[in-house]
Amino acid sequence: MNTAHIAPSSSDAQVSMAPMVEVRNVYKEFGTPPNAILVLRGIDLTVPKGSVTVLLGPSGSGKSTLLRCINELETITGGAIYVNGELLGYREDHQGRLHRLSDKQIAEQRSHVGMVFQRFNLFPHLTALQNVMLAPTLVHRAHRAEATIDALTQLGQVGLSDRADHYPSQLSGGQQQRVAIARALAMKPKLMLFDEPTSALDPELVGEVLAVMQNLAAQGMTMIIVTHEIGFARRVASQVVFMDGGVVVESGPPEILDNPMHPRFQQFLSHVT
Amino acid sequence: MAAKVPPPAVTPEGGGAPDNGFERGSGFTADSGAVFDNGAEPDTGAVLGSGVVLDSGNSVPNRIQAVTELRLGRIIAAAIALLVTALIIYQIAINQTFRWDLVWLYLRDIVVFRGILWTLLLTFGSMALAIVMAVVLALMRRSDNPVLRTIGGAYVFLFRGTPIYVQLVLWGLLSVLWPRISVGLPFGPEWFSFSTQDLITAFWAALLGLACNEAAYLSEIVRAGLDSVDAGQSEAAYALGLTKWQTLSRVVLPQAMRVIVPPTGNETISMLKTTSLVVAIPFTLDLFYATSAIGNRLYQPIPLLLIAAFWYLVLSSVLMLGQHMLERKFGRGIAVSG
Repeated sequence: MNTAHIAPSSSDAQVSMAPMVEVRNVYKEFGTPPNAILVLRGIDLTVPKGSVTVLLGPSGSGKSTLLRCINELETITGGAIYVNGELLGYREDHQGRLHRLSDKQIAEQRSHVGMVFQRFNLFPHLTALQNVMLAPTLVHRAHRAEATIDALTQLGQVGLSDRADHYPSQLSGGQQQRVAIARALAMKPKLMLFDEPTSALDPELVGEVLAVMQNLAAQGMTMIIVTHEIGFARRVASQVVFMDGGVVVESGPPEILDNPMHPRFQQFLSHVT
Repeated sequence: MAAKVPPPAVTPEGGGAPDNGFERGSGFTADSGAVFDNGAEPDTGAVLGSGVVLDSGNSVPNRIQAVTELRLGRIIAAAIALLVTALIIYQIAINQTFRWDLVWLYLRDIVVFRGILWTLLLTFGSMALAIVMAVVLALMRRSDNPVLRTIGGAYVFLFRGTPIYVQLVLWGLLSVLWPRISVGLPFGPEWFSFSTQDLITAFWAALLGLACNEAAYLSEIVRAGLDSVDAGQSEAAYALGLTKWQTLSRVVLPQAMRVIVPPTGNETISMLKTTSLVVAIPFTLDLFYATSAIGNRLYQPIPLLLIAAFWYLVLSSVLMLGQHMLERKFGRGIAVSG
């Protein structure tokens, strides 16, 4: 794997004090109460601007669910999430009551948050270029010419300028995931969420995707990454959060990876590395 | 197996180097009934059986050429089928009641051609309306809103559960049920009104009747198409900030078309033939009614039925060709690789 000596992006100058994401005592249950499954049990998390947060944990620990809640693909059952100071999903009136936002308003909130999925989820009926252009033309109503130029720039950023006219089925897994990253970046998001971006890739393709992400972190993008790549976390993370059973068990700077305090975290790391 | 099979009858001599560790042609022996075309001349330059082909290019060095066996059962079955078919054709050809002379005479009658045009108009008109209704119905049935879901389900239940002929007769009797149709506020003042018979002519009754029935069937097809698209596709679209409508129209529906188009083509071909039922309205200009009318006038129903059958066959053949082309168009980008 490519071990470039890029300094973590969390240089003090880039991290301002106002957090990009604030997760406050968040609960999430699936199903209706008598048979409900509680997946998140009071999560608190603060993600400063320009920082990279890596979420670790065994499967079923709720880390992917938390990520999906931050992009409102799941609706939280309790607590509150703020992105860039804005409450997600609800409007609070002067009496403190919550009003659910309309679908359109939620779509608007989502447009500021990019998300990359484990299974890429590229649109198979569109070329790489059309995948990247679709949202800017529909959501930002960008002109076709401008959107094309911008999309080509984004594809260049992930090293795929020469694949613009290829359909997803004609690209390797690593290339598809890089197109997916370019597609998310084309919306000029304030925050990028990565849900196990390399888990569906062949081992020799993992490096190219991690390199793109590392480059993005170096440019100061705020990122939350669910991953099992401990080495990557060590190189890029500003903070590491270990979740298990729907709660945050341990969190701190990447150094905690070498010196885990909680026995559950120690056990997890001994299995992963 | 190894115990029963004698040593390979064709053993490499000379060129085919046996030092590759594989027994050449193991499992294939001379008594298996197959002939290896390279049996006598094994020096093909390829290392047989090892999977590593050296210089044979794209040709198969040991192509199997099996001896074709004569199978008596197959020959007898084919002979019986041919005989029965020949007998039927002979009986049709010699039966004077078919009146082939009349078939030929009226095949290109102007009334028949007008009937063809009306039939096509009914087919495509009702299908177009049905497709729009079907998408709406499918969306209602997938909606979060329980009222929309229930009403959509009830519509499909009613229109699929009753015969199209009964529905068409009812559409024909619409003006008996409601002699006037008025426009105004529901349960409130009336702005203007029409005579039902003037507003909904026999043609529109036929078109609406066919479309309403077809929409129920098509909505199931549309629903299956929408369900066939991976949930990750809508999630990715929502994550990019697309609204529900944008996600549906730009991401989900285009992919669902691959599943929706082939059965919709079948439904169109089926609709072409179903239009012959509009006599129930009664609508009297379509192909079937037009030919029947001539037949009744001549007291010769049979040759005119043959004419109708002939033209329906021609039209459905053309539609099948169109369907084939549509399927190729909508498979693009998903099945294609390279």
